[in-house]
Amino acid sequence: MDALIALIQNAPGAANMSAQALHNTAAALMATLMFTVMALCAIVFTWMERKVAGFLQNRYGPMRTGRWHGWAQAVADMLKILGKEDIIPAEADKGLFVFAPILVLLGSLLAWAAIPWAPGFVAADLDLGLFYIFAVSSLVIIGILMAGWSSNNKWALYGAARGAAQMVSYEIPLALATIPVIMYTGSLNTQDIVIAQQGGLANWYIFRDPFLFVAFWMYFIASIAETNRGPFDMPETESELVAGYHTEYSGMRFAFFFLSEYANLFLVSLIAVMVFLGGWWAPLPLLDVIPPALTFIIKGVMMVFFNMWVRWTLPRVRVDQLMHLCWKVMIPIALICVLGSGIIQMVRG
Amino acid sequence: MTADLTFILLALLTIVPAIWVVFSPNIVHAGFALLFTLLGAAGLYAFMGADFIAVTQLMVYVGGVLVLVLFTVMMTRVPHGEKRRRGLDRFVPAAVFAALTFAVLYKVVTAVEWGGVAQMAQPTVAVIGTNLMTNYIFPFEYVSLVLLAAMIGAAILIRESKPRDAQPEDESEVQS
Repeated sequence: MDALIALIQNAPGAANMSAQALHNTAAALMATLMFTVMALCAIVFTWMERKVAGFLQNRYGPMRTGRWHGWAQAVADMLKILGKEDIIPAEADKGLFVFAPILVLLGSLLAWAAIPWAPGFVAADLDLGLFYIFAVSSLVIIGILMAGWSSNNKWALYGAARGAAQMVSYEIPLALATIPVIMYTGSLNTQDIVIAQQGGLANWYIFRDPFLFVAFWMYFIASIAETNRGPFDMPETESELVAGYHTEYSGMRFAFFFLSEYANLFLVSLIAVMVFLGGWWAPLPLLDVIPPALTFIIKGVMMVFFNMWVRWTLPRVRVDQLMHLCWKVMIPIALICVLGSGIIQMVRG
Repeated sequence: MTADLTFILLALLTIVPAIWVVFSPNIVHAGFALLFTLLGAAGLYAFMGADFIAVTQLMVYVGGVLVLVLFTVMMTRVPHGEKRRRGLDRFVPAAVFAALTFAVLYKVVTAVEWGGVAQMAQPTVAVIGTNLMTNYIFPFEYVSLVLLAAMIGAAILIRESKPRDAQPEDESEVQS
């Protein structure tokens, strides 16, 4: 946030603001910016998802709304959702039913605070950065359980149980895969992690040693499961559970879940970029002209594309395969990565 | 002044849902109310400058323990299902344990000399890490060993409870 404070300080009429006022203004601006980016990314990514799905499955996807490749489809969807009736089932637990979408969105939004967009441009410059992100995302799990149970619908309850079990399990390989990076950096601070990767492609953590390369893929697979997307979309399986934990939701409350899904998708992609793929640093010296924040976002969107690619290519796994993969394959591999990378770091000194 | 207000708000966030946890007739509501109590406690830790403990509180209690608690109670109750039974057979042991716990906590609270609190938050994670790896390396490793034993125990429990020839029974259930 330091960069933002400096920016406001140089603005006309802000010369004699107190330090506290400056800090508060910067905080308010940052929060607004985060929420706007989050809402925007949901709109952009829904369109992108449909187009990517279309191209991967040899069809067009939306083509008519807004003439050019259906670019306005997502906007039209948003307007439709705004106008929809807000239904609360009669037998639902009303208080929890209303609160669940808020909690889910809160979990994603809180985690966004520690994302380093550019040098000095992070909402909460926490020394615990990465640990904080993993901790607050657990609010999403509680929100999903709340939504599933309060809907008083067996599909919703199944979806919530699956979602919670899956997210709790995959949180472990997800966090374990980032530990070698934390060992290299010697800090949990998100900015420090990015700063340590300065100096082109070779200094990105993914290429530092072979174990980190494996750890990146462990992270990538776990992040797909963590966002409940295909091939790990067991909580939502439309062919068996209707729509999982948000079966009973409609209108804006459904939009909250939707927003949270895409916010989480972008979040895990940005964390992958931040931790393994050099954050805001350009891969080649030639590309240093691009502003750091833009580099960061472009890389993030590319990771989102990979995520969509996987989703629309691979068939869904079974629940037992999901748990087998997590506990018997990914966690051991992630642990080996921590050990191997640690030995390499010790040998290199 | 701002600090006092923050403390009061955080304390209310901890205590009010805690009362709800105890008195709510619906055990799932009690579970969800626990979320706010845990969040309030995490806030209090952060307020006292213990940022690492605050985040660990979130990670362990909200992300782990609470999910487990909710999982178990959720499966047994529906929103308009049976309410909690109240009776003397439950009240008496609960009251005894509550009184004993209160006595212990009261003893601790009055025995400890409370120093100044609410300084500006200093990062604690580096200090904790260094201490764990130097001064407290033995307790740290010991706790790890205990946790490992618990994990192995859990894995063995799951394996033992699973019948080996469950396959035919499953098929007959599907057919019927």
